[in-house]
Parts: sequence; structure tokens; C-alpha cells
Amino acid sequence: MTTTADASETATADDLRPRPDSPRRRWIRRGAPVAAFAVLAILPFSTLDLPGLLPGPANSPGSLQLLAVCLVFAGLAATYDLLFGRTGLLSFGHALYVALGSYTVNIAVTKLGLTLPAALLLAVLVGLVVPALLGAVALRVNGIAFAMVTLATAQVGSILVMSDPGRLTGGEEGLPLAPDAIPAFLSGVTNTANLYWIALGYLIVVLAVIAWVVASEPGRVWQAIRENERRVSVLGLPPYRFRLLAFVIASFLATLGGVVHLFLVGGSSPQITTSNFTLAFLVMVVLGGTGSRWGAMLGGVLYTYLDHRLAALGTSDAVAGLPEVLRAPLSEPLFVLGVLFIVMVYFLPGGLASLAARLRGRTR
Amino acid sequence: MTPLLEIADLHVRIGSSHILQGIGFAVPATGVTAVLGRNGAGKTTTLKAVLGIVPKTGSVRLDGEEIGALPTHAIVRRGLGYAPEDRGIFAGLTVTENLRLAERGRGPHRYDLVYEMFPELKQRGAQRAGTLSGGQQQMVAIGRTLLNDNRMLLVDEPTKGLAPKIVTEVADVLERAAREVPILLVEQNLALVRRIADHVVVIEQGTVVHTGEAASLLSDPDLTRELLGVA
Amino acid sequence: MSNIVLLALTGLGLGALYFLIASGLSLIFGLADVLNFAHGLFLAVGAYGTWWSSTHLGFPFVPAVMFGVVAGTVTAVLVETLLIRPLYRRTIEQVLVTVGLSLAGVALLQAAFGADPLTFPRPEWATGTTRILGAIVPNDRFLLIGAAVVVLVAIQVFLRRTRFGLIVRAGVEDRTMVTALGINVRTAFTLVFAIGGAAAALAGALAGVYFGNVSPGQGTSLLIFAFIVVVIGGMGSVTGSAIAAVLVGLVQQFTSFYAAAGVGEASVVLLLAVVLLARPGGLAGRAA
Repeated sequence: MTTTADASETATADDLRPRPDSPRRRWIRRGAPVAAFAVLAILPFSTLDLPGLLPGPANSPGSLQLLAVCLVFAGLAATYDLLFGRTGLLSFGHALYVALGSYTVNIAVTKLGLTLPAALLLAVLVGLVVPALLGAVALRVNGIAFAMVTLATAQVGSILVMSDPGRLTGGEEGLPLAPDAIPAFLSGVTNTANLYWIALGYLIVVLAVIAWVVASEPGRVWQAIRENERRVSVLGLPPYRFRLLAFVIASFLATLGGVVHLFLVGGSSPQITTSNFTLAFLVMVVLGGTGSRWGAMLGGVLYTYLDHRLAALGTSDAVAGLPEVLRAPLSEPLFVLGVLFIVMVYFLPGGLASLAARLRGRTR
Repeated sequence: MTPLLEIADLHVRIGSSHILQGIGFAVPATGVTAVLGRNGAGKTTTLKAVLGIVPKTGSVRLDGEEIGALPTHAIVRRGLGYAPEDRGIFAGLTVTENLRLAERGRGPHRYDLVYEMFPELKQRGAQRAGTLSGGQQQMVAIGRTLLNDNRMLLVDEPTKGLAPKIVTEVADVLERAAREVPILLVEQNLALVRRIADHVVVIEQGTVVHTGEAASLLSDPDLTRELLGVA
Repeated sequence: MSNIVLLALTGLGLGALYFLIASGLSLIFGLADVLNFAHGLFLAVGAYGTWWSSTHLGFPFVPAVMFGVVAGTVTAVLVETLLIRPLYRRTIEQVLVTVGLSLAGVALLQAAFGADPLTFPRPEWATGTTRILGAIVPNDRFLLIGAAVVVLVAIQVFLRRTRFGLIVRAGVEDRTMVTALGINVRTAFTLVFAIGGAAAALAGALAGVYFGNVSPGQGTSLLIFAFIVVVIGGMGSVTGSAIAAVLVGLVQQFTSFYAAAGVGEASVVLLLAVVLLARPGGLAGRAA
């Protein structure tokens, strides 16, 4: 029985390689995302007005800012999915690396007077070294213990930032980015479009890196680790090293996302160091669908959009007319998101990505 | 005589492995029915499927009542006593606590019988079960099944890893217990099967390949070798 | 000397809070494999229940705390039966649901009571101080330590002396075998949620006394340290949680005082790393 079981499991690993599509479907699979990203890229030239959906015309700074934040979080959610969805690593400390990127660059240019290129280089360096060191320790343990170690480590980071050591982090107030420290084309309301393109570029880079690495050998080992760790060890592949690789790549990409986030919001806030910030990524990934090509991205966009727009909804006329018992909870975005999340876990465990697959299955 | 336990078309899939592929047999209301087969044939899984410990499809009838869809605890409460392969004792609990945990319903619980068969369990009542020897742990596991008025015992490889002297003791106990309650026994030790089993069911790769009288199978060396790979 | 006494008693007081939260977390995880993020919600319900019954119903301190504890217990039982139980055996989904609950629950409390800290009604005797060995020690420390000791003894009596306690201890070891003895282990799940909810709610009320106020997010930070305590102590072991809680509380207080702020938390994480690397199962776990 043991031999049959192993043989069939090896066979499934091969089965999971993409099946050959019909030419038309392959064209849609490859073409649709390219078209979607092209539309996103030319959006700042559009004056399309979607009242209620966006705060102003599509190319207005308010709308572009909101969309750019959505894109950054889409990328960050995808990096979290690389851990949780692709490798099966439940981390409660991903926020640490976003904060690492944001605060490193911010402190370097605002407090230490480094030039922006030097600060970016520094962020790249710490974005590789810190995850490699912390991951090397945390990954010595598995499962819940790993989750706890990441949670605890991130909490130390959070407390460190809050305590404002050497007046570097700004404590609970946060640290605004010095306006003269960044090039002119990134500052000012009129240049929101540039920030938007950077956010879009970040998302594309993240998705491309993840798609590439998942399709190559490490990606297949990650999938195998997620399904059956013992078999990976039996095959002579060290799960530890492949896990560490996933951890470093995901954390490094999150660090870059933190830098983009810094430019976008013009400062570093201790909010991005908290465990709730990490939990938000978990919610995004599950909302969108774990371990799928577009799921985490969709979840990131949806979560961020709702988080911002629900706050506006809470003060809108539609809600103001409701009785107090309904109005108060609805004005709390996290209440709505938390409830939505629970509903999704119950009724759509595969997330939005599985919804798309279900609909496709029905029409075919 | 109508069988006490009837199993039909039992399937178990774990991951991508199809472990039980339509098992079906009947267990008579008296004596010992031994389930035989090579390692990995699906003997242990069959017992676990009957008890609902592993997810399954198919029919399990106890005395005519369909119990296949019930949760494990409800199946057991119908009167099945289970002594699993790894003995399933609670290492951090004392011997007495292990027995007390197994008490079902209002009783009376037959401590007199258990302590008469295994006097050692009484002496070692306050000892942590994890510190017992393998043979003593097996006594706890079997003792638990004798505590309640069961209609059938399911005993999985009770002599595995035990010294020959203890194997004889366990055989004595099972033989005595079988006079009062039918036993479905998974066992590799053919000498033991020869001594206490009345009926046999042979499983190979998740299907039943032979059922019949224990004596007629085991007195036929060719058939035994063909079905079990040993004489 | 007086510093040491004060730090030790404050560390023990903090450890008492951690223990009250961690004991339930540990039992819930040990028995049901659920990493319960909603535990911070139970804590907050206890704190707000105490505050509300005191300010709106005029309850004196002890009945107010009892009100808060009952509210927390009821919340925990409802969460288990309505939201956790239907996802039986799907542990990842169960954890996700508790994450959603913790987010939504805290937001709901914020909607109902506002985001700002509310002044907590402290009984007069808890605001006073006592001189011990030259140290001036706030009385609330003794309240915290006393409550934790009572809860520890009560849980131990429950676990050692009752049939349900026996089922819980056995279930932590091997849940499947417990059901194979004809026991419906899900009843025990509800029970450990009730116990955990009650202890967490008590911790919420006592945290209100300790910090002097109550805010929606108060549970989150305490919860994180309680998680660390559970892992250090060993999942499923109440005694391990108690030892680890004392250890963490003392380490945190002493290092914070004698080194810089933030070092206390960092040393706790260091302690966690050392324990996990040396004994992956925690202090009370079997060495793996």
C-alpha cells in the first residue's frame, strides 16, 4: 500500500503542471492580464467619472491616490500569499518587513541625510539581510510555533518603533517624509500620477517575480512542501532551505512595497508595524483566494478599496438615515470587512478566484 | 444464524490513495473473527472505517441497524469496544484514570472482571500509563473494552511487539473474553489465530479475497501461502 | 531592595494577567487545535461588561466583575457553538474565523463605546498601596496575583477531580481515542471555550484595574504576550502556562527597568526563541 500511495502522489505532482489549453483559451489567459494592465497604465489620462465608486474623476489626485494604494496593497498581499498560499507558511509578522522598508528609507533620508539612491540601496540591503537572519531562526520551528515566533518578532519591531529610540522613528506620531528629500517628480499633489505608475510598476514586478519563481523549481518544491513535507525530505530536498528562500523573497518584496508605500502616503506610520496590519494581509489573501495567480491581488484591491470607501460610506447620507444600532457598526470598516471575511470563509472558501472559476465552469 | 456486524461496499480514500476498495464481509455473533492480510492490505483501516475514525463510504450494519453515518462516539455507544493497534492509552493519565475514562453510561462497570483478569492493573492504579511496559499497556487497552457491556470487541494487533510469554497471556484473555462477546481481531501472528480464531477474512489491496472457517484455511498450507505469503 | 520587591510583584501581576489569558488559549489549542484570535475579544467583552455594569447599572466592583465574566463566558460559548463548531476538523478555517471575529469584534466595540480609553471604575482599596520590605506596592498587584492563583487552583481542581476534566486532559493527548471510547468530545470543546472565555474576561476586568482604563484594542497586545506564554509553556498545559507566565512577566519587568524600554519585550522574544530551539514542545511539552 505504501508503494502505491507514493506512486500516485508523485503522479499528482506532475498532474499539477499547467495543462495545455486550447489556443483560444491560452490567448485569453495571456492577453487579458496584459490588456488589464495596459488599461491601468493609461488610467491617469482618463477623465472617466464613476460617482460613488471613486472620490472624483479617474485622473483626479484623490482617485489616483486611492487606486495607487490599492495597487500597492495588491502587491503586498501577493507577497504574503507567496508565504501562506504557495508555501503553507502561516506568518503573523509580515508587517515587520513592510515597516522595515518604509522606516529604513524614511529615517535614512529624513534623519540621517542620506541621498535617495543611497537610502534605496540601504533598504535593499536590510530587506535581504534581516529576513535571512530572522527567517533562519524562525524556520527552525514549524506550524503554529513558527506563526508565534513571527508574531513575537514583529511585536518587538512594533514596540521598538513606538518607543521612538533616539528620536528616529517618531514614536506613535509616525515620521513624515522630509519634502526636500525626494525628487520633485514624486512630491506634490500634481505628481500623484507618477506615484500611481510606481505603484503599478511595483505590483507588476511582484506578480512577475512570483509567477517566474513559482513556475521554476523552487515553486514546485514549495507546492510539494505544502502538500506533503515528509516526501520532500525523502526526495533529498531540504525543506528548510526552500522555505527560507520563500521567506526571504516574500519579505524582500514586502520591504520594497514598504518603500513604495512610504512615497505614496508621504511618511511612515506605526500602524504598519502592528499585528493587525499583518492580519489584514491574511484577510486579503483569503478573500481573494490562496495560492492562485490573481487571487491575492484581487483580495488586496478589494480590501483596501473597501477599507477606504467604507469609511466614506459611514459618513454618507445613505447610512446617516439608518438607526443608531446599524449606523455605528457600518461606520467601522473593519467590522464590515471582518464580517465579510467570516462569510467568505464559510461560503466561498476558495475566495474570489474560485468564484471566477465556478462561473467559468457554469458557462462552459 | 444472522451475523452481528455486516459490512458492505466500504471505500476509504485518503488523499489520492484508494485504501479500501469495496470491502464487504459479515461477522458472526459468536467467537473470534480474524482479519488477515499482508502489511498495508487495509486491515487497520477497515476497523477504523467501521468505527468512523476515518472518512468512508459504504454500509455498516450492527444487528440490522445502519450505523455507517453516525459519528464515532455514537457508533461506540452502540456497544463496540475498540483496542487500537498503538493501544491508544493516555500516557499522562494514571491507569485508574485510563479505565475511568472508558466507563460508558451508568454501568455497572465490570472492574471485578478487569481486575481479576489483570491483577497488575489494580496494583499499578496510581501509576502513569506512559511508564507501563508494552504488555501492561495492552492490558489497559483490552481492560477498557471489558469494562462495559459491549456487543462486540474490535482488537487491532494486540500482540504486536510483545514478548512470547505475554503473547500467551493476551491470547488467554482474548479466548476467555470471546466466550462472552464476539471479537473482530486483526492479527499477524498465525499461531495465535490458529489457536483462538473461528472465522477468517483475508484482505488484499483493499478488497476481501477470502472468507471462511479459520481451521479450513490454516490447515491448507498452499492456500495459506497463496493468500498470506507465509505457511 | 525595594525596587526588586516592587518589580517582582509588578512582574508577577503582569504574569497573572498573562496566565489568565494563556490558560484558556492553551486548553483550547491543546484540545481543539484552534489558535483562538477571538480570545482578545472575550477579554474586551469582560472589560467593557465590567465598565458598563458599573457605570450604567451602578454595580459595585465585585458584582460588576462577575457581570463582565458572565458576558465574556456567554460570548465564548456563542462563538464556539455558532462559528467554530460547524467548521469541525477544518482548523485553518477555524483560525481564520477567529481572526475575522477579532477584527470585527474590536471594531464593533469601538463603534459602541468609542475608540478613546474610558476611565475604569476601580474600587478604593485597589488604588491604595501597601509597604512590603521597604517597597511601596500598589494593591492592585495583589488583586491580580490572588485572582490568578484562585483561577489556577480552580482549573487544576476541575482537571484533576471531575470527569469533564479527565476528558479534557485525555483529549489534549489524543482526541480521536477519546471519541473511540464513546465520548462526545465536542461537548468538552464548548466547555474549554467557556472556561477560557471566563478567565479571559476576568483578565479584561483586572487589566482595566491595572491600567486604570479600558480601550477596544487593549486585548491585542496582551493577547500577543499570552500567545508567547502558551508556546513557551507548552500547548495544552495549564501548569506550563502558569510557569511561563511568571517567567515572562518577571523577565519583561526586570529588563525593562534595568535596560531601555523595548528591551523587556525583546528579551521575552529571545526567551521564546531559546525555549523553542531547545524544547520545540515548550517547557511542559515532551522533548521532541
